[in-house]
Amino acid sequence: MSTFQILNGLTFAALLFVVASGFTLIFGLLRIVNLAHGALYLLGGYVGFTVATRTGSFALGGLGAMAAIAAIGLVLDQGLLRFVRGNDLRQVLLTLGFAFVLNDLMLVIWGGDSFTVPIPQMLKGGMRVFGVFYPTYRLFVLVTGIVVFAGLWGLLNHTRLGALIRAGVDDAEMVEASGVNIRRVFLVTFLLGSALAGLGGLMGGAFLSLYPSADAEILVFSLAIVIIGGRGSLVGVGVGSLLVGLLNTLGQVMFPELAYFVIFGPMALLLAFRPLGLFGRAATT
Amino acid sequence: MTGTEPQPIRIVGMTGRSAGAVLVVLALAAALPLVLSKYQVGLATEILIFGVLAMSIDILAGFAGRTSLGHGAIFGVSGYVVVYASAQAGLSPASAFVLGMIAATAVAAVFALLAVRTSGVYFLLLTLALGMIVWGICLRWTQVTGGENGMRGDVRPAFLVEHRPFYWAVLVATALVSYAMWRFVRSPFGLTLLGIRDSESRMKSLGYNVPLHLFVGFTVSGFFAGIAGALYAMFNNFVSPSTVALAQSVEGVLMMIAGGVGTLFGGFVGAAAIITLENVVSAYTERWQTVLGVTFILIMICAPEGIIGTLRAIAARGEERYKGN
Amino acid sequence: MNRRQFLKNSTAAFAAAGTGVAPWRRAIAQAGPIRIGLLTPLTGVVASGGKEMVEGVQFYLDQVKNEIAGRKVELIIEDDASNPDTALQKARRLVEQGNCHMLIGDLLANTGLAVANYVKGTGTPYFIPIIAADDLTQRQRIKNVIRVAGYSASAFTHPFGDWALKQGYKKIATISQDYTFGHEQCGGLAQVFTEGGGEIVQQFWHPLNTADFSPYLGQLADLKVDAIFAMETGADATRLIQQYASFGLKGKIPLLGAMNATDQSVIRTLGEECDGIIAAAHFAEGSDNPVTQKFSKEYEAKYGKIPSLYGFSMYSGIMWIAEALEKMGGKVEDRDAFIDTVLKTELTGSPLGKTVKLDSYGNPIYDVQIRKVVKRADGKYWNVPIASYPGVSQFWKYDPETYMKQPPYSRTFQGIKKA
Repeated sequence: MSTFQILNGLTFAALLFVVASGFTLIFGLLRIVNLAHGALYLLGGYVGFTVATRTGSFALGGLGAMAAIAAIGLVLDQGLLRFVRGNDLRQVLLTLGFAFVLNDLMLVIWGGDSFTVPIPQMLKGGMRVFGVFYPTYRLFVLVTGIVVFAGLWGLLNHTRLGALIRAGVDDAEMVEASGVNIRRVFLVTFLLGSALAGLGGLMGGAFLSLYPSADAEILVFSLAIVIIGGRGSLVGVGVGSLLVGLLNTLGQVMFPELAYFVIFGPMALLLAFRPLGLFGRAATT
Repeated sequence: MTGTEPQPIRIVGMTGRSAGAVLVVLALAAALPLVLSKYQVGLATEILIFGVLAMSIDILAGFAGRTSLGHGAIFGVSGYVVVYASAQAGLSPASAFVLGMIAATAVAAVFALLAVRTSGVYFLLLTLALGMIVWGICLRWTQVTGGENGMRGDVRPAFLVEHRPFYWAVLVATALVSYAMWRFVRSPFGLTLLGIRDSESRMKSLGYNVPLHLFVGFTVSGFFAGIAGALYAMFNNFVSPSTVALAQSVEGVLMMIAGGVGTLFGGFVGAAAIITLENVVSAYTERWQTVLGVTFILIMICAPEGIIGTLRAIAARGEERYKGN
Repeated sequence: MNRRQFLKNSTAAFAAAGTGVAPWRRAIAQAGPIRIGLLTPLTGVVASGGKEMVEGVQFYLDQVKNEIAGRKVELIIEDDASNPDTALQKARRLVEQGNCHMLIGDLLANTGLAVANYVKGTGTPYFIPIIAADDLTQRQRIKNVIRVAGYSASAFTHPFGDWALKQGYKKIATISQDYTFGHEQCGGLAQVFTEGGGEIVQQFWHPLNTADFSPYLGQLADLKVDAIFAMETGADATRLIQQYASFGLKGKIPLLGAMNATDQSVIRTLGEECDGIIAAAHFAEGSDNPVTQKFSKEYEAKYGKIPSLYGFSMYSGIMWIAEALEKMGGKVEDRDAFIDTVLKTELTGSPLGKTVKLDSYGNPIYDVQIRKVVKRADGKYWNVPIASYPGVSQFWKYDPETYMKQPPYSRTFQGIKKA
């Protein structure tokens, strides 16, 4: 694979990481498979697009996207999911219904046309890196992915909240028993996970565009990553994103016939023989 | 439980009262084409076919505690094989039908091999992934499956081309298949599955080979889904990647849930509810997807036992109150 | 506007038109409305095109005050969800429950093929202004499926191949969505281009809804070609055009597109990335033909956007049906006569500004414009013709019988002449 293709795989992996990290935070700690995560990504993209085009600022678009999607996440968690706590299957299916509603709502508001988030002037064009001419914006996505990873790593390993989250992933009941308001930790995590989806939407919306089925597509990738990487593990999501991003690019170039198989084949095998993924640990409850 | 009550007479495994009820329902169902329009008979046929699909999913979900998001793919594979055998290979409808059933059972067996060691959400995700692989194959293997365009064919035997005879044939097939599924879940094997649903560890400690039971249960469930798929291919004379897509699996699960997980026959109720709702809603608005999503959400929050489940619960409470007097 | 609103409106118009006429005379004169079933993707992958299809039909019906040949028109709209199973279900509903006299519409080829298979059995006239699958008017012709105001996929790329040769291009690479429509467009170009001495260096096929074109663009950049032909529709077109520019290929290698790639539905949300892309089509919304100008202006005034292929084709399609019905006194119930009349009708009022007629296979013959994307005075982009090929048939310059002996274009057969 040439440098060019590797960069393609890495930048796509970076975007996937931002989105999937949100997904695994929610899955890891709250044990909720949020099938509306893809819809949150797309909604974040649309909202970010509208804010960015109205205000002329990409950064404001990003903040707008994250805030809006965190708010939607709040509605989902506090308004709907609270009625089905503890029942995994019901939660999953409820989020699926929510995804349908969001998807249709987006169609009504933004229509079916494809939109592209406008990128700021300084990120336009390209630069020479490792001997190839590569779009600057994609490099920005790559850097952002790394920054988000570093940020989450710092959060999880060097803050109290992070310690609570990690403990909760292992054993939520124990954390609650030790007097911590686990509900609040859950809520913050849900908001953070949702905000990450929204941020992903804005970023992806600038080079992959926003359109009605983008939500299903990114959801499928996120599922694959979290399953391969393992529930609740940041390193797992990182590795999973790299694998899926690179495999996807490799697959498109070398085996266009097998598009989905290249990702889902390994995922299915992994699930069958190592259901916890590469870095997942079984919860003690 | 007193031992002095007389044993009820059982016909084909049902009590006299239940058998009577079943006969009444069947008679009513058979009379429908005489009063309904062609289009409505088509809807009724679809309700029967999807009812069978929902029931097949319920065998695993309600009776073994594992919800699958891959049954749409199994259903659709049967359809592909039926249309291919009939349109490309020129086989008779009967042979095509049998091949479809075999193909679906084989695919289910493969899914089962990979899925038996997982449960809950992981089972859901694994079956979802496997379904996507099947979808990807149907979409990209254009030489055989027709790719995007799907495959068309005149699959029905000559005497079933008209909508009424076809409906009656489907009704007969559905009745037989439902009876078979009912016997299956009530058999000792079925009871073992129930035991696995309630407590896997206990069944293991009692010496049952849990993975083997799950494997057989999954494969049998796939067999029935395959029958539904073959009937659907005959109904449409057409199959396309959307028949094996995730949306199909989701629809099946939704119908099962709307009727009631674990009620088996709730599958028909759920199918009837969803299909009728879609027809009514689409006449007035394009926002069917929103209605579907909201319905899903409401069912999950307010009535997770589904229509039949909730009715049973109400009846049980009523009975308790009555007994208490 | 949904069906309920439309029915209310048409009932009101009906009632208003009916006042002042003796009841029994009214009954004879009316003979019931003409029921037209419009199938269109209002949800799903191609939802934006679907909505414009509805607008195109309504634009025409509003112009004729919802009346054709003295009868009211009842338009029933159903969503095919960009999905053949749904299309089939809705077609059934329109024909069996809605008692529609005819069906029109659908966008994606697979939805069209599913419905065509169904109407083969019922004999319902089915008009497909947008579906471009070649074979529906060639080898697998169904009598009651008529491509009014439509086009077959390879019809415009045949002359495009010729034009490319005339520009002095010797080597071309193609990148296309991997489905029949893509195969047919590329095949048309490849056959004519290679028969004229050109070379197709490499062809890239990608699945529909490819988000990331970077793997292909990298390879394309390395090839030494004179031009690249991109057969893309919808969101794929948007992304390819943007990524083409962002990877620095724009300005380095000329980009030729399928007409769907530079259609208004794509370029209206793009900026300078789409400037200068050349395509071949029958319709160029920026043409200076007075009839086209009037159409584009009025459409834009009404719907706030420049008309795309979808709006234009459906408008022309329903106009064609209306002209045919006028000729036969509106007796749409007489199916055979209706179909025959449509096949013989020449569209006089077309927004193209020229009369269009069908060839003996039920496919229209057009003047093909080679058009370029340019910026208007107000900053929006649209397509302006730069060259023209008059009277192009779906068979190009080939004899139809001979042409139909070669297999339909597919991934494995692209009509490429071995050097």
